[in-house]
Amino acid sequence: MFDIVTFFQLMFSDHTLRVVSLGTAMVGAVSGVLGCYAYLRKQAMMGAIVAHASLFGITTAFLLGTALGGSVLAMQLVLPGAFLGGVLAMAFVSLVVHTTPLKADAAMGLAVAIFFGAGIALLRMIQSLSLMGHRGLRDFLFGQAATMTNADIRTIAVLAVVAIGISLLFWKEFKLHTFDRDFAAGIGYPMHRLDQLLLATIVLAIVIGLRTVGVILIVSLLVCPAAAARQWTKSLSGMAALSAVFGLVSGIVGATLSAMVRNLPTGPVIALTATAFVFLSLFFAPHRGVIARALRRARNRKHLRPPEATLPVGGGV
Amino acid sequence: MNTNSNRELAIQISDLTVAYEETAVLWDIDVEVPVGTIMGIIGPNGSGKTTLIKSIMGIVEPSAGSVRVFGRPFREQRRRVGYVPQRTSVDWDFPTTVFDVVLMGTYGSLGWFRRPGAAERDAAHMALERVGMQDYLKRQISELSGGQQQRCFLARALVQEADIYLMDEPFQGVDARTEHAIVEILREMRSRGKTVIVVHHDLQTVERYFDLITMLNVRVVAQGPVAEVFTEENLRRTYGGRVELGRV
Repeated sequence: MFDIVTFFQLMFSDHTLRVVSLGTAMVGAVSGVLGCYAYLRKQAMMGAIVAHASLFGITTAFLLGTALGGSVLAMQLVLPGAFLGGVLAMAFVSLVVHTTPLKADAAMGLAVAIFFGAGIALLRMIQSLSLMGHRGLRDFLFGQAATMTNADIRTIAVLAVVAIGISLLFWKEFKLHTFDRDFAAGIGYPMHRLDQLLLATIVLAIVIGLRTVGVILIVSLLVCPAAAARQWTKSLSGMAALSAVFGLVSGIVGATLSAMVRNLPTGPVIALTATAFVFLSLFFAPHRGVIARALRRARNRKHLRPPEATLPVGGGV
Repeated sequence: MNTNSNRELAIQISDLTVAYEETAVLWDIDVEVPVGTIMGIIGPNGSGKTTLIKSIMGIVEPSAGSVRVFGRPFREQRRRVGYVPQRTSVDWDFPTTVFDVVLMGTYGSLGWFRRPGAAERDAAHMALERVGMQDYLKRQISELSGGQQQRCFLARALVQEADIYLMDEPFQGVDARTEHAIVEILREMRSRGKTVIVVHHDLQTVERYFDLITMLNVRVVAQGPVAEVFTEENLRRTYGGRVELGRV
């Protein structure tokens, strides 16, 4: 069923697969870069909420498009719908936190319940109505790269350039804003606007990957490459670059494996590959890795000496 | 009324009130800091020391009152104010180096989109030398001791080349060597006409470090030259009688 030779043969020879891999590679790279901010700002769960909630936007936009102009318009509205659904969920969480006694985690639970719940309900409704194009919507749940068209790839490419472009343009602003909010506010950064811009860009990165990884698992592509990359580097640029590579490789491996094995959805394979990078990094990374730390502890124990201050001092204290 | 009335004021806070929800954190604060002085702000936990610093810089929006910096609103004077936030307010596991953190001090004057160049890097090198951290440039910030973290933050503020420095608990949890280095820099700043405001918690060192003191507990309890206002009576009023100064 699976051997490494077929894997590489497929990857380099099959035209469809090359196109599809290009798409998932871009998805992985973008999630990798923006995921660094989600990770460092400890907003990874927010990414999960946004992704789940986007299903509500997807289904609503699909219904609206079908009603207004048919299946072509419906499919065109799906990604903008996903983006708005994600933004809406974030606004909802922020509203609940600021106006009710609920804390952020409860508010996020509420957001998933409402938006993902409504999204699933609408998805079932669309399927039972057998509206044209409804099969394509199911791919958004678990992700399916194999059915991507050239037009999909073009859309991904354009959005990827926008997302990466924003994060490069605002590189030093996002960095300081993430590391030290008080200092950034003190030198006059518009904190609220930067928050919104960065979150919107993260939502964009999520939306780009929905079609291939699915609303449920896309958060893994946001968190895992970043968490893995953090273990190896000591600069934000190094972390972002390595995270992009981890994401990119996860995307290619996911697309290729799911093309080789029948009925294997792309999303879970991409998620599991990204997770493998996390475990490898946690164990083998120099300095921060579990093994490196165990070795260091063992070495320190062998050379244990009392600190100088506790050595006996003549004359007494 | 004010013995320093003929001296230029670096900072003038009038009728400042800050409230979160319905609770006042600062109530009707009036503070004047003359140019070229070192002022300490002391008070118990929750007395509003950090909020006072933050409201000078507009990080916290006041409910009422005004803050003037060299006679004008802070917004117009941003570049003249340097800031050392509380060391514990950031996550030191952020992937960056000492040098990069110090460079962040130049971001304010760089403006949007521009990256630090040779001039900014030179300034960062010099600031690191002044705080004795030149050997730690490439060190990952997660590997720094508390004192080194503090000196790193101080170097970042030095790079801002400001006229007023606001420092939030710079002596909190630092080693003796760092404390000494910081005090030296404070005095050097004063001798060059800079104004420094320091949130402080160690009552034993107040008399040695500061010219002026503001004793805060939501309201200003006392304010003025240390020799005049740093008394047992004022300390009791500030801390609610729970404090022994340890003087005989």
